[in-house]
Amino acid sequence: MEITVTTAQQLRLTEEEFELIQQKLSRTPNFTELCCFSAMWSEHCSYKNSIKWLKTLPREGGRMLVAAGEENAGLMDMGNGYGVVFKIESHNHPSAIEPFQGAATGVGGIQRDIFTMGARPIASLNSLRFGNLTDAKTQRLLKGVVKGIGHYGNCFGVPTVAGEVYFEDCYHTNPLVNAMSVGIVKANKMVSATAKGVGNPVFYVGSATGKDGIGGASFASANITEESVEELPAVQVGDPFQEKKLLEACLEVIETGAVVGMQDMGAAGIICSTSEMSAKGGVGMRIDLDKVPTRQQNMKAWELLLSESQERMLLVVEKGREAEVIAVFEKWDLSVSNIGEVTNDGLLHFYYHGNLEAVIPAESLVLGGGAPQYDREYKKPAYLSNIENFDINSINDITDLQSTTKALIQIPNIASKKWVAEQYDSMVGTANASTNAPSDAAVVLAKGTGKALAMTVDCNSKYVFANPYIGCSIAVAEAARNIVCSGGEPLGLTNCLNFGNPYDPEVYYQFVEAIKGMGNACRAFNTPVTGGNVSFYNQNPDGPVYPTPTIGMVGIIDDFKNRMTLDFKNVDDVIVLVGHQVNDIGSSEYLHKIRKQYFSPAPYFNLEEELRMQRFLLQLIKNHAILSAHDISEGGLIITLMEKGFNRSLGFEVSKTEFQHLRNDAFWMGEAQGRAVITCSAIQWPGIQQLANELNVPVYKIGKVTNDIVSVNNENWGSINAWKELYENAIGKLIQ
Amino acid sequence: MKFGVVVFPGSNCDRDMQDALQNDLNKEVIMLWHKDRDLSMFTTDDCIVLPGGFSYGDYLRCGAIARFSNMMESVIEFAQRGGKVLGVCNGFQILCESGLLPGVLLQNIHQKYVCKNVNITNGKEVFTIPIAHGDGRYYASNEVLEELQANNQILFQYCDEAGNIVADANPNGALQNIAGIKNKAGNVFGMMPHPERASSPLLGNEDGKKIFALLGLTA
Repeated sequence: MEITVTTAQQLRLTEEEFELIQQKLSRTPNFTELCCFSAMWSEHCSYKNSIKWLKTLPREGGRMLVAAGEENAGLMDMGNGYGVVFKIESHNHPSAIEPFQGAATGVGGIQRDIFTMGARPIASLNSLRFGNLTDAKTQRLLKGVVKGIGHYGNCFGVPTVAGEVYFEDCYHTNPLVNAMSVGIVKANKMVSATAKGVGNPVFYVGSATGKDGIGGASFASANITEESVEELPAVQVGDPFQEKKLLEACLEVIETGAVVGMQDMGAAGIICSTSEMSAKGGVGMRIDLDKVPTRQQNMKAWELLLSESQERMLLVVEKGREAEVIAVFEKWDLSVSNIGEVTNDGLLHFYYHGNLEAVIPAESLVLGGGAPQYDREYKKPAYLSNIENFDINSINDITDLQSTTKALIQIPNIASKKWVAEQYDSMVGTANASTNAPSDAAVVLAKGTGKALAMTVDCNSKYVFANPYIGCSIAVAEAARNIVCSGGEPLGLTNCLNFGNPYDPEVYYQFVEAIKGMGNACRAFNTPVTGGNVSFYNQNPDGPVYPTPTIGMVGIIDDFKNRMTLDFKNVDDVIVLVGHQVNDIGSSEYLHKIRKQYFSPAPYFNLEEELRMQRFLLQLIKNHAILSAHDISEGGLIITLMEKGFNRSLGFEVSKTEFQHLRNDAFWMGEAQGRAVITCSAIQWPGIQQLANELNVPVYKIGKVTNDIVSVNNENWGSINAWKELYENAIGKLIQ
Repeated sequence: MKFGVVVFPGSNCDRDMQDALQNDLNKEVIMLWHKDRDLSMFTTDDCIVLPGGFSYGDYLRCGAIARFSNMMESVIEFAQRGGKVLGVCNGFQILCESGLLPGVLLQNIHQKYVCKNVNITNGKEVFTIPIAHGDGRYYASNEVLEELQANNQILFQYCDEAGNIVADANPNGALQNIAGIKNKAGNVFGMMPHPERASSPLLGNEDGKKIFALLGLTA
């Protein structure tokens, strides 16, 4: 078969990339080699259109032990000789085509990223976006994705402790499925994804290789069109039982001390793991593809190299200690096969049926090595002028607060996600301390370390759409606020950057601005980026999704006594509003869903005020000066108050008396940032005022906790339980 | 009294059970591998626990493959000698599949996995204990149900906060709201709710300790 530029284009490589490959090899590649470049230089593996900007994010500092990009996931110091590893990853495109397996393998993939480093996963989170929930297609996708996440995570045995679900029309064709995992590792047991030691054997372990998921990486790098449905085999099939065994076996084999390096086989399978491990170690590998266990006959060399069959790992083992490694995998009834060895020439040699099928310099394939890096042009999107022209005075203020609140609390973006969350095992591991004591971020015991972790995923993409820079800063700030309201100190974050087509300059503008905003906020909060994932091409003929840079953040609670919960505790406790109160309804759920205004600015946000507010909250919590803390986010103050009442069925009595200068909708439903609602006993209130003065943070006493009745501006709104009923059942009622 | 916790491939509540028994109940625990057979370190005053999870991936039917494992052969023999055996969730399914307990556990009536706190009662007290399963709908013939009642073999039933055994409190469609049963001899216990998930003060619920006590496992 003659290899031409047309062949390359059919494999989604450009003409320039084909020329670059020829230069790297000093010859024309054969088909197998070209397939390897196609997969490794796909957007998904090479970050070719994003890496330039990703490098501007703070990737060091704080308690970072392993910097972003050096390993499968970032590692941060927890103290006491332990590290926490966490990462978020997208599985958007597979989930759009086959929601159950797409979401399931997304969960499986992110878990492998964690335990390949020697860490035991202790918690999972996810961030999901769909179209309008009343739409039949959305319901099918939602049911499939939730079932898929549950199927994999529940069996694998890691609790799903937190998440977010949003419904916006822009996600109708392109749902987003982002999965995050958090693991704990003894700092001296961390395993690197590096191949070292010439002559060391290379082992393949786990499930056999089939034709599933071939080309998945390049598939994720294309727009979804009608023809995509034809690409079904590009979606992988997961087996959580195999992965559970693989987890236990991998952690056990690390204990032998015979493992030199280990990497999971995810996107681009064998070619990705062999090239990345070799490039990192500055070595090569000689691989005999005949020794790869297969589940299908007559597979071609390129199919073996590119297959994305799940639940597989590549290990480099110390020569002479093969038997110890084999014994562990055999104990767990997993396939284990010595498929080759480490060489000193930096070249990957792949043999099959006695033929040398491919010879490629490992370095030439990988990110940071030979993979191309592009500067993309960008320009300010036209729609932003609609947003700049928004005038709050064109919107009449509301008169009936109660009926508007009733509508607001049942909007799927605001209502309880119980219908989703109860399908996930949230308690396995007996470490989820939020089950019986809810908080803004999930609080998870890090058993053995004497500490707990607070974790959250956050991104309000409407804000990012309205102002990519501010919106993405807010995503970081809100994540930190959730950690702080739970009593944690933010450690670091992982990001999942879901955007449209990077070759569209208006989309790329959103990307660039979002990264700048994220970087600025990260530096302010001293939360380095430990790693993450970019998912471009979340776009269809109707346009791109809202720019959605999902932030997964982890914080540390050194002393469990300092964890904080969100709910009202006692009748007559004082309700305190914290933060600056402004006349703002920009990009609120209220404005978007009830008043149907789709173009308005991002909500009020001041980074300095936000930082002061968070320091103030953390200090109050450490002083044991408050009884609850819950941040103000979607739905504004009124929803925050309701949510504080539900857990113990306590009502509240509040009024707007002191804020006559503010609009009703802005005060009750506005989403201005940097705010929270805390409660305290009457005795604690003066001390809170004093600290607030010292730290220059506004605090306002707005009412008190009641036995059951909700009273707003002296109007009786009935029992808190009636509101809870609306809140908890809104989503279930919409699903057929 | 000491405990053995069996680890099947796919067990995922094995370490939780070990943690609860050792750290919350101060018991000696020995982990048992499914490929082994030896139970000589236990007397019939001791208890073997089959933990929750997805043994053998729940392939074929939940618990259907685990019953044929080496260790289960020994556990069946141990139970027949009068040794105490507790199965939680997947462990309950395995006990039903092995014939140590009557009845079966079918897929939840709403066909969804469900994980949440539920209330269960032994007829005297109400306990809040988490469930987490896709196949927890207890089912048995009328004769078996009558026999369970006649011999007081029903350990726990799903109920509301006040202890009323009502349809609304049934999370999976189990017949007679059955959440847990014991065998006629009273030495084999199976239940869907997870007492090991409610035994630590750090998790804010210690009702699980009362469950272990009720089963006579805290001696």
